[in-house]
Amino acid sequence: MPPVSRGFHGRRRPEIDQSRIPPGQYFTPDFPVLSAGPTPRTPLEDWSLRISGAVDEELSWSWDELLALPSEAFTVDIHCVTKWSKLDTEWKGVSLDVLLEGVETEAEHVSAWCDGGYTTNVPLEDLTGGRAWVAYEYGGEPLDPEHGGPARLLVPHLYFWKSAKWLRGLVLTIADEPGFWELAGYHNYGDPWREQRYWSD
Amino acid sequence: MWRTATVRDVVQESRSARTIALDVPHWPGHRAGQHVDIRLTADDGYQAERSYSIASAPELERLELTVELVPDGEVSTYLIEEVRPGDEFEVRGPIGGHFTWSSDEGGPLLLVAGGSGLAPLMAMLRHRAARDSDVEVHALISTRSPDDALYASEIARLRPRQGLEVSWTYTRTSPEGWEGWERRVDADMIAATGFGDPAGVRCFVCGPTPFVEHVLGLLVQAGYDASSIHAERFGPTGG
Repeated sequence: MPPVSRGFHGRRRPEIDQSRIPPGQYFTPDFPVLSAGPTPRTPLEDWSLRISGAVDEELSWSWDELLALPSEAFTVDIHCVTKWSKLDTEWKGVSLDVLLEGVETEAEHVSAWCDGGYTTNVPLEDLTGGRAWVAYEYGGEPLDPEHGGPARLLVPHLYFWKSAKWLRGLVLTIADEPGFWELAGYHNYGDPWREQRYWSD
Repeated sequence: MWRTATVRDVVQESRSARTIALDVPHWPGHRAGQHVDIRLTADDGYQAERSYSIASAPELERLELTVELVPDGEVSTYLIEEVRPGDEFEVRGPIGGHFTWSSDEGGPLLLVAGGSGLAPLMAMLRHRAARDSDVEVHALISTRSPDDALYASEIARLRPRQGLEVSWTYTRTSPEGWEGWERRVDADMIAATGFGDPAGVRCFVCGPTPFVEHVLGLLVQAGYDASSIHAERFGPTGG
C-alpha cells in the first residue's frame, strides 16, 4: 500500500470522464510543448516525406503531393509521458494506411526520423489499421512549428513522444531500432494504458 | 519502482518556491540534470503524479527538489503550502538520459535558466563544485526579481571560481544599485555570456516553454550546434 500523504486531498475534476485518463496521467486543457532541442524550420519547398528501408521501392512525397493525398479529419485523446493528457484534440492529416498502401515489406518495425535529428521506433502494425496519421492541421489551423509543423506523426494510442514532430521519413526495418527517448531511458513501446513510461516498466 | 520518501527538511527558496529535502532509502543515485516522478496519495486512495527536476548534486546524500507554485496546481500547491518534515510520499527515478551532465564529460558548458528552470542546472553547478572541477561553465540566469531569484547566495559562493562565470538578468525588478541586465534574454546577452567559439560547447536550457523556444533560437543563430543544445521545458500546466 502506498503511504498516505498527510494533508493531501487532491483536486478531482468530476466533469472529466476519468475512464479516458490513463493511470498516472492528469487532465489538461492546454497543449504543453516538449521537445529535446531547437525547433527546426524547413521551408516547404525543400520538404519531403520518404518511406525507405526494407521496401522494394522507396516512396517520396513533396509537400504539395502530401496535401493532394486523401486526408481525414479525426479527433483523438493524447497522452504525454510527462503526465498530461488532453482530450478530444482535432487533427487533419493522411492516414498511414494511405501512405503504406501497396508497400511490400518484410519489416516489422519502423523508425521515424525528423528534422532536427529526432528518431522514434514503432512496430509497423501499430501504424496501420486506422491508428496512425501524418498530421498537418491542428484545431483547423496549419500545425504550429512548436507542435511539430509542418507535419508530425500521430500515433495517439502510444505515449505522445512516439508521435514524432517535424516528421520527414519512415524507415521500415527488420530489426527493432530504439530511437532518441527509447535509448534515453524511456519505454520501447510506450502504451499509456499499461503505464509503460520507462525501461523499468 | 516507487520508493517511499520522507520529507526531512523544507526551505523557503524564494517568494514562490520551496526546496524539499527528502530521505529516500535505497536511492540508486542520479546524474545532474535528471528528474523524478512523485506520487501523492490521499486517504481515500486518490493519487496524483508530477515530475520535478532534482536540484541537488549527485554527491549529496539526500534528494532535493525545488518546487515552484503553479497557480491552481494540484501537486505544487500541496508541496508549497502543506508539506512538512516527516510527511511521506512516493518517488520514482531518476529519469532522463538526455538532459544530463557529469564532470568527467568535460566542457565547456553554457547553461541558460529561466525562473525555476534553474533547478536542474543548479544540480550541474553543485556537481561541478562537489567534484572540485574547473570545467568551463558559463551560466545565464533570467529571473523576475531578487524575491524570485533561486539559490543566489549559494551561487555567489560556488567554487572553484576558475572557469565559472554566472550572469543574471532581472526582467521586472532588479536589486538596488544593480548595474547589470534588466531585460529578457537577447542575442547580446548570449554573445556576452557565451563562448567566442561555439564549436564543442554543450548548451543546457531550462525554463518555461516560451523562454526555452526563444533561447534555443538565439543559440542556433549564435552558431551553437543544434545537436549539442539540450532543452527541458515546463508546459503552461505543470501542476
